[in-house]
Amino acid sequence: MASATDSDDAFGASKFRLVFRHRLSTRIWHWINAVAIFVMLMSGLMIFNAHPMLYWGQYGANFDAAWLTLPRFPGWATIPSEYSLAVARHWHLAFAWILAFGLLGYLLWSLVNGHLKKDITLSRQEVAPAHLWDDIKKHARFDFHSDEARYNPLQKITYSLVLFVLLPLAIASGLCLSPGFGGVAPWLVDVLGGRASARSIHFICAAGIAAFIVLHIALVILAGPINEIRSMITGWFSLSGKKA
Amino acid sequence: MSNIITRRALVSGAGMGAAALLTGCDRLSESPDFLKMLSLAEKGNFAIQRSLQSRMGLAREFSPEDMSPIFRANGSRMPVGDSYAGHIASKFADWRLVIDGLVARPQSISMDVVRAMPKRTQITRHDCVEGWSAIGKWTGVPLKLLLDAAGLRPAARYLVFHCADQMSNGSMYYESIDLVDAMHPQTILAWALNDTVLPVANGAPLRLRVERQLGYKQAKYIQRIEAVASLDGVFGGKGGFWEDGAGYEWYAGI
Repeated sequence: MASATDSDDAFGASKFRLVFRHRLSTRIWHWINAVAIFVMLMSGLMIFNAHPMLYWGQYGANFDAAWLTLPRFPGWATIPSEYSLAVARHWHLAFAWILAFGLLGYLLWSLVNGHLKKDITLSRQEVAPAHLWDDIKKHARFDFHSDEARYNPLQKITYSLVLFVLLPLAIASGLCLSPGFGGVAPWLVDVLGGRASARSIHFICAAGIAAFIVLHIALVILAGPINEIRSMITGWFSLSGKKA
Repeated sequence: MSNIITRRALVSGAGMGAAALLTGCDRLSESPDFLKMLSLAEKGNFAIQRSLQSRMGLAREFSPEDMSPIFRANGSRMPVGDSYAGHIASKFADWRLVIDGLVARPQSISMDVVRAMPKRTQITRHDCVEGWSAIGKWTGVPLKLLLDAAGLRPAARYLVFHCADQMSNGSMYYESIDLVDAMHPQTILAWALNDTVLPVANGAPLRLRVERQLGYKQAKYIQRIEAVASLDGVFGGKGGFWEDGAGYEWYAGI
């Protein structure tokens, strides 16, 4: 077997082996989505600033009991940085298309090229408690499997949560905030528990996505930022070769 | 070691990148060309919502137990000036609703006549652009009946609602809708809220309800409805006080 991991070759490029890790569809969507997500989160915070209270149920205004009241988010976290609900809405309602159709396109493309099945879906062996526990222990030791080309189980679970729960739910709950859409599919508003609940769910999904981004960037930095970022640009990932 | 420097450089690089992104976004937000590009999405949203909605598709109507205990009043709560104060004193006995512009039979209707017309009562959710919402019970005359009485001319495309409340910059509040919304069965001029005469804070004596759009379209204190062919010549040309002054969307279905 041509295991290049620990055999010194004449060129001295011994310990590293490049493997093709990210498909073109994944790379294109990753960067388009990265821009869209940041615009959506930051313009969304500005929209939230117009009424920084959240309620459950069909309605919710100042006289009703809010389950969450926050101070206004600072300018560095919002688009635009100076208060403008109107401009934030223009950004948000335009980039919503990029977010929603980007996700749809990526999921369809990934379904066709097998990315979802081969790379994201967890095998029966991977979801076995012993295996998951082992993976959790590895993560706790900051061992991020950089010697493996494939995603690890915790990584797959996290990506699945973002792809199939947080992003779709953020989009669906966002649609439910529109009074015009309420005239098209009032049942969806009811499924989410009413418009005020949909607004709460929208915010919780956004918070979940923001938490994912923090974790994602932290892990990229810990796992070797150059290698990770290169692999998301060119597709090629270098295995560290720690494993014999 | 080199790895650490790389990481540090990367983190500070990312920080600078984020700062550049923010400045860039602010600069873009001030660029008329970029805002024009974003407004393409507004046109797209309008076109798509209109194609998905059935013309007569109703906004959700609720039962009495779903109603907000207190219906929040926002925006103008008390129009300034002696004229409106006089109308409050006389309980709007002399208030006239004028319908003119591109109509065959201009109207000037008293509140007694408006209240005697066929009425519609609907419990609907009011969604403010700011994010809050409240459910209230509105009673009023379907706008279509008033328009039928006035007889819209074929050239009429929009209805402009002229209001009695003067805003802080001196201009009078106004709003506009197109004929699709004007003819919608839930589009009414409300004269009652929650089974009582419409309070001043909520737009007495007449307020527009156009239920599939946001709160700023629900013009209060309506004294004149003008049928026009285009919004270009009306005030700032964008079809409403908030549209002209602050850049809010004319189509407020989202």
